[in-house]
Amino acid sequence: MIDRAETTLSEDALAGIQGELDKYPPDRRQSALMAALRIAQDEHGWLSSELIEHVADIVRVPAVRAYEVATFYSMYDLDPVGRHKIEVCTNISCMLRGCDRVVDHLKKRLGIGFNQTTADGKFTLREVECLAACAGAPMMLVGHDYYEDLDEDKIDRILEGLE
Amino acid sequence: MTAQRHKDLIAGRFSSLKVSHGVCLPDSSLEQPWTLESYRSVGGYRALEQVLEGKVDPAGIIDTLKISNIRGRGGAGFPVGVKWSFMPRQSDVQKYVVCNSDEGEPGTCKDRDIMRLNPHALIEGMAIGGYVMGATVGYNYIRGEFHEPYDVMEEAIREAREAGLLGRNILGSGFDFELHNHLGAGAYICGEETALLNSLEGKKGEPRFKPPFPAAFGLYGKPTTINNTESFASVPAIIRGDGNWMDGQWFRGLGVENSGGVKIFSVTGHVDRPGNYEVRMGMPFRELLEMAGGVWKGRRLKAVIPGGSSVPVMPAENILAANMDYSSLQEHGSALGAGSVIVMDETTDMVEVLERIAKFYYEESCGQCTPCREGTGWLYRIIRRINDGRGTPGDLDTLLDVANRIEGRTICALGDAAAWPVQSFLKHFRGEFEDKINRAAHSDVA
Ligand SMILES: Cc1cc2nc3c(=O)[nH]c(=O)nc-3n(C[C@H](O)[C@H](O)[C@H](O)COP(=O)(O)O)c2cc1C
Ligand code: SF4
Ligand code: FES
Repeated sequence: MIDRAETTLSEDALAGIQGELDKYPPDRRQSALMAALRIAQDEHGWLSSELIEHVADIVRVPAVRAYEVATFYSMYDLDPVGRHKIEVCTNISCMLRGCDRVVDHLKKRLGIGFNQTTADGKFTLREVECLAACAGAPMMLVGHDYYEDLDEDKIDRILEGLE
Repeated sequence: MTAQRHKDLIAGRFSSLKVSHGVCLPDSSLEQPWTLESYRSVGGYRALEQVLEGKVDPAGIIDTLKISNIRGRGGAGFPVGVKWSFMPRQSDVQKYVVCNSDEGEPGTCKDRDIMRLNPHALIEGMAIGGYVMGATVGYNYIRGEFHEPYDVMEEAIREAREAGLLGRNILGSGFDFELHNHLGAGAYICGEETALLNSLEGKKGEPRFKPPFPAAFGLYGKPTTINNTESFASVPAIIRGDGNWMDGQWFRGLGVENSGGVKIFSVTGHVDRPGNYEVRMGMPFRELLEMAGGVWKGRRLKAVIPGGSSVPVMPAENILAANMDYSSLQEHGSALGAGSVIVMDETTDMVEVLERIAKFYYEESCGQCTPCREGTGWLYRIIRRINDGRGTPGDLDTLLDVANRIEGRTICALGDAAAWPVQSFLKHFRGEFEDKINRAAHSDVA
């Protein structure tokens, strides 16, 4: 069970973590660590060291295990990021179908480069490896959503649709 | 999510589905193939029912898989029936089946479609696997970015559980099987099966030394079988055998010697109709290319990587003479890998392509082995230097030397995967590398 007395996470997040813990044998709580970090990050935007330690407490693993995992995997953000993370694939199938134009357009429109966040804190732009949507190249991931067969117009429409 | 976005997403699910044989990709007549009802309407879960009714023993299913000649679809091509026979079914320790839905090999985009369009085929295949190998729990390891496939899988598992097809005492047979999805968090190396097990345990995704193999020491140190999404999802159709129950010959006969059945080829790059094509093994490459609309813009074919970025590149004349099966691609100097066919037209700059591939392996090396950690960095830096016009005449020999020193000297096959592209690009397109180096030398003089 999770101790609800001292937590910065919502009831929903705690229930989500409990649901993940239930997937694994009771003595294998560490298996839910990746999911717990993801849920905490989704709620707070990024993983501060306090939050990582808090998640470690909830999952009941030593904090060093949680740090190891948080630093190993690329989807954990250890620094603040924009409200929308835009991740463009530049791997081979996307490269062959013109991801350069997608990247140039995004950089120009947002006025930032890779690994930067717009001044209003709305967008963070990143380059990522193949996201297994190569038949829809060029493509990008925005938050949880894939957008495929991109061109400049489509990108403009997608950006305008984001709050 | 807005209603419009939801509608777009559903429509988008079909966009890469080009040709289906109804094995792993769904029958094209189905409107919402991911629902239990749809799946049942085309014979779904009949195989699991037959198996659980006790009409066949587990050894019989393994024989069927061996006869069907299905080989692992994750890249290495190991026969599925043989792998399943390694599990100590009779021993009463906890055993596990694990599905590898990490799909990270550049050019590969088929497992995503299997999960979005045909999740119940995967569930049924894993449940049959659990029964055959005496495993009562299964995990489906899905790459971290796959939120949509994860949601579809979660919903499908819920449906199956409610219908009594998963959980305790399935269909009154006394067999229990629980299935859970585990979402990754971004790391190509977790596709390597032992790294995947470490990741499932909530650790860094670093590959383990083999032996021991997972069938002896897998998840939580227990006997475990790991197969690719497409491998598991093929099992129900093989057992249905198009009406001839448990007759592996049907599936085998769809393919050619050494390569049974149908396979999904993800055709990407410079073609008119990129997408997933589930077709008979042994189809001539020419035919597959034609299906995909041919080389785009009326251009000529220059080269193809037929199995994902880690298999050797093939110049046009070699691939045009090959068929899409394990033996033929090997005879013509490459490998089937995961069936990820990356097509390059005559305008492609091969140095640039290799630079991008080398960067990938450099970024994704987990760093445990010195040859891989250091070697991938060397490969990337040298190729980038050549591509930037700063190459020197000795660079190509150094590249080959570094690649040869990585190959075969590492814990996992990522090292080899980084070396093979370098060796094959230099073998077939050395001239392009030399040209860039020569131009660099001239501009120094000028
Ligand atoms: C670096 C590396 C990455 C891999 N990535 C994947 C992957 O994304 N999906 C996959 O199914 N197999 C991948 N494999 C192969 C797996 O280790 C394993 O062979 C496979 O999952 C076994 O399933 P199969 O026998 O059904 O093919 C990878 C191997 C290596 C060395
Ligand atoms: S070969 Fe590379 S990726 Fe594989 S274990 Fe060694 S360092 Fe890690
Ligand atoms: S290469 Fe871009 S999604 Fe695969």
